[in-house]
Amino acid sequence: MNPLNPPAGVINATADSILSGPSFETKMERLSETEMLLNMGPQHPSTHGVLRVVLKLDGEVVTGAMPDVGYLHRGVEKLSENRLYPQVIVLTDRDDYLCAMLNNWAYCLAVEQLLKVEVPARAEYIRVLVGELNRIASHLVLIGTFGIDIGAFTPFLYAFGREREMILDLLDQVSGARITYNYIRIGGVMADLPAGWTEKAGKFVAHMRACLKEYDDLLTYNPIFLDRTRGVGILSKESAVSYGVAGPNLRASGVPLDLRKMAPYGVYGKFDFEMALGKNGDCFDRYLVRRNEIEQSLRIIEQALEALPAGDILGKVPKANIRPPAGEAYAHIEGARGWLGVYLISDGSLQPYRMHVRAPSFISLAVLQEILKGWKVADVVAILGSIDIVLGEVDR
Amino acid sequence: MSFQTPWAVLGPAVPSQTPEGIRRRYQRSVLLVLFLLGAVVLASVWLGEPAIRFEALMSRLSELVARKGWPWWVPDFVRLIVPCSLILIFVQLVPVFVLWWELKVAAHIQVRLGPMHVGLWHGWAQPLADGLKLLLKEDIVPAGADRWVHFLAPIVAFVPAYVCYAPIPFGADMAAADLDIGVLFVLGLSGLTVIGLLMAGWGSNNKYSALGGLRAAAQVVSYEVPRVISVLPVVMWAGSLSLSQIMAAQSGLWGGVIPKWFIFYPVIGQVSFLIYLICAVAETNRVPFDIAEAESELVSGFHTEYSGMKFAFFFMAEYAYVFLGSALGAVLFLGGAEPLPLMRWLPTYVVFFGKTMFLVFVFIWFRWTFPRLRVDRLMDFCWKFLLPWSLVNVLLAGLVFLVRWG
Repeated sequence: MNPLNPPAGVINATADSILSGPSFETKMERLSETEMLLNMGPQHPSTHGVLRVVLKLDGEVVTGAMPDVGYLHRGVEKLSENRLYPQVIVLTDRDDYLCAMLNNWAYCLAVEQLLKVEVPARAEYIRVLVGELNRIASHLVLIGTFGIDIGAFTPFLYAFGREREMILDLLDQVSGARITYNYIRIGGVMADLPAGWTEKAGKFVAHMRACLKEYDDLLTYNPIFLDRTRGVGILSKESAVSYGVAGPNLRASGVPLDLRKMAPYGVYGKFDFEMALGKNGDCFDRYLVRRNEIEQSLRIIEQALEALPAGDILGKVPKANIRPPAGEAYAHIEGARGWLGVYLISDGSLQPYRMHVRAPSFISLAVLQEILKGWKVADVVAILGSIDIVLGEVDR
Repeated sequence: MSFQTPWAVLGPAVPSQTPEGIRRRYQRSVLLVLFLLGAVVLASVWLGEPAIRFEALMSRLSELVARKGWPWWVPDFVRLIVPCSLILIFVQLVPVFVLWWELKVAAHIQVRLGPMHVGLWHGWAQPLADGLKLLLKEDIVPAGADRWVHFLAPIVAFVPAYVCYAPIPFGADMAAADLDIGVLFVLGLSGLTVIGLLMAGWGSNNKYSALGGLRAAAQVVSYEVPRVISVLPVVMWAGSLSLSQIMAAQSGLWGGVIPKWFIFYPVIGQVSFLIYLICAVAETNRVPFDIAEAESELVSGFHTEYSGMKFAFFFMAEYAYVFLGSALGAVLFLGGAEPLPLMRWLPTYVVFFGKTMFLVFVFIWFRWTFPRLRVDRLMDFCWKFLLPWSLVNVLLAGLVFLVRWG
């Protein structure tokens, strides 16, 4: 057979498969007469990025759903095999761009495990400070965009345009960047806190406490919001555990699991805070867990600001040529979206032999095909918003 | 070593960004707005009642016709044409103003400023610029669309919005056509718009549009029922379907203190007004009832595939209905052009616009505060809550009026 001139059937099959996406048509059972396929995304206002969800609809009711990922794939894991160890930190910024600090942190923890470096106490506290601030910023994005998904536009501008902006200013002052910080470094942090920063952070904590009340008025106790989110998209304890969901989504289903409590890394063992827990695992619980986590993060920040020790900010790490001994390491932290793990293999050279990121939103996304069934189109958006995915992390 | 960013050292870049600067600017803005409001009120007082002036002009025209021997129908023709043209111009201007107002109110609700540049003063020309942009945009018709249905839909949606303004009394004797069945006319015609939305949903050949059109049809047809029933107590009380007579029935005071507006009628008035307000918001497809466009779910619902002036027509129809719903609410429940006791010196149309703009503000306020209801809950709310209570209200009203007037 001439590959340039194949028989008619073959080329038609290929063209069809490219145009109509047979993987979905064939994987979902055939459509009945009252059903239709709705291609939600990759260009859609509320898929939070370039996610494609193929929905099988009966009227407005979803009878089948299939998330399709990969539109934002940049090959971060492969790219990191060709960079020096410190250069990879820049790549991790781009994974989950809503909480880049935590990505930096997870990666640096893994490298520090390989190198067996001690991180100075001050650097550990600074990491907690910026990490928790970044977690708040990330949860604020969820609260805002979840509001938009439900149809309330105003909370978004409060959360995203006012409070998150203050956090970004604070992080800008420590790192020089608003989104991609590259601040947490192997063995410590990039620079010390600027003068007057701790007072500003303290002011922000007080401000944020007052603002939570505003969100409660607009969203948490709003009857329409409750009507839209309570009992919608229930993720049971069992299926959450069996899918490997972690973080706020798991805690919303009532499983008390938080790495900061269970396996404290850094100096988290020294702080007094509670774990935000939900009961039913519906959209409202997933929202409420985030809202309560902001409160707990504020408590942690307050304690960290008080206990902030003086001292070095960088451990004993070679200035150049970081060459960890051959071996492997896995470090995970409690990211804003769940367990954020980095698995590193070193062959003793200047570059990682292999890096893998356990991306929490990728794992949460898999749940969609189960919990979307039986809900309406409007609920699809609510459920998708409450799961809180970042496509940069899903596709990497 | 301490690391300092330039922002930390320099502080805010612009002096007007300091707290004192911001306060001074706000004070200046408030003064300016008060000054403008005062100027408008003074100008309107100086102008007086337009109806009286119009009558004077018309009588002069009749004399002229009689003297010059022009055909007899000229004064009648002018009497017909002038108010209609005025209404047409007015309905063109309503979306422009309401849009600007919505932009500014929304911005201030959301702790931002909104348009500030176009037109040099608080972005007053922004809606005009938007309109110009829409005028210049390419008109795209999707390949699979039903061309005629797609073309006609915006017109079908838009024309009833214009026609509905005919019997609205904008002040004393200021209705373009003072119909005996004004309430029925407005409520009946405004229901026609849904056909346009349905056509848009069908003609676009887009699944999101189709869902949006179907949602709009179900919603508008359902909410029409409690809306009409909520208006019945007013009609029973005033004993007329004519809008100007309903307005006239609300002149005077109850017990010499409370204005005789229907909203102040114990229980019945407030219940009717609330049901009317909710249904009026639902009829205009705005948040919290905007399931037909539902940006986060259906992209833009029925007008997803519309661009340029066709989109502008849907847009203008929406804003025309917002104003219409508010005007009708003001006439039926807030006494229309009847002023508050101490404000008799104001021309009637200023009073009317004051009340209407207050209701428009309520519409905007709703939109930027509430989340969106879900389709099935929306229907539940209409059929299981609004409809029964509006029926109870009508029964109660009938009972009360029967007992009081035998």
